[in-house]
Amino acid sequence: MPLTLEIITGERRLLRQEDVDEVVAPGSLGELGILPNHAPLITSLAPGELRVKTGNDVEEFFVSGGFLEVHSDEVTVLADAAEHGSEIDAERAEAARQRAQERLEQASDADRARAQAALARSLQRLRVLEHRRRRGGGGREMSR
Amino acid sequence: MANTREIRRRIRSVENTAKITNAIQLVAASKMRRAQDRALQARPYAEKMQAVLGHLSGVAGDPDTAHPLLERREINETTVILITPDRGLCGGLIANLERHTGEIVLGPEAGGSGDISMIPVGRKGGDYFQRFGINFRASFQELGDYPGLAETQPISRIAIDDYTEGRVDQVLLVYASFINTVSQVPVTVPILPVEPPPSGEESSGETQYIFEPSPQEVLADLLPRYVDLLVYQAVLEAAASEQSARMVAMRNATDAANDMIADLTLVYNKARQEQITSELLDITGGVEALKG
Repeated sequence: MPLTLEIITGERRLLRQEDVDEVVAPGSLGELGILPNHAPLITSLAPGELRVKTGNDVEEFFVSGGFLEVHSDEVTVLADAAEHGSEIDAERAEAARQRAQERLEQASDADRARAQAALARSLQRLRVLEHRRRRGGGGREMSR
Repeated sequence: MANTREIRRRIRSVENTAKITNAIQLVAASKMRRAQDRALQARPYAEKMQAVLGHLSGVAGDPDTAHPLLERREINETTVILITPDRGLCGGLIANLERHTGEIVLGPEAGGSGDISMIPVGRKGGDYFQRFGINFRASFQELGDYPGLAETQPISRIAIDDYTEGRVDQVLLVYASFINTVSQVPVTVPILPVEPPPSGEESSGETQYIFEPSPQEVLADLLPRYVDLLVYQAVLEAAASEQSARMVAMRNATDAANDMIADLTLVYNKARQEQITSELLDITGGVEALKG
């Protein structure tokens, strides 16, 4: 039986898909893959790439952190922010990366953690884009 | 009878008022739809988060020690986060919120269990309670008609910091809960210390979750976000309430203005007829006199 995947953020429901074969998520302890019949699990997420495999199709999402729950073949991602690969704006992500880098170089201790987190987010966004490009785009476009 | 020119001027002035209230009503109606939509969209996330928190609270151990945000302390200071609109013209909404909050921060009970401070969100509430000399820990204005998490997070972060650093021992959230388009009720929701929702009966016994990295660490990640979310949701509901209240108030105002225009038009027509009649009488009287 395939998985049901839901990606929800505080502001919207990004995705609900019922015929997912595998989910690869950026857990805070490292990347983890979820196949059908996974044991019940709750984990926190690090900023990173979430891959959804359906048949021969792979789709990439970016999540900026949050939680993932697996329960009886239902995978729920509670993301702080999440975007489909096609929604990521390469220029904005690159600008954010540069900004974060500059801030990090001259940051005081208090700002340091925030700059680091911002840098990690922008790098992961770019990574999602890079993977998407290497795969040759594809996948569907999100409606919004 | 009042002079006709005077009445005509009043009619014109009421007509202008009706035009304005009608315009505000239309704007509020369209904003209301979007605000309600957003409040609904945030719901699945909140429900899911509550469920996860429910699962966690069972396994994370004694709530008083599991995480600082769960710890219940003796109450020396209470902070009230009051969410009000920035602008008026929304009927009784603001007055109701102020009265409701007044009972908490100014009433005989207030301060009975320690000091009171506030974090007003929205100009109206801040303006009102400033007059009573209440200490504001922070104040927020102009969040916009459709605030996002990025706008509400600073509010919850201040509350969380004040709580974890021991400046405040209880945080209450007061906002206008959106019941439906014609009904918005002020409610008080305690947000800190966090009261974990009871873990669902069927899930607590049967499902043993694996927690990564550990229940305590997931809890530590989750709790601040949960508080963020409570505040965010309250702000969304308050926005929906504000627009609905404004739409209804302005519709009533437009209706009242139209009634007034109808009444005044009647009075005006009567006065005009009377004037004509008396002019005719004057003329015929004059003619009769000349004949004489």
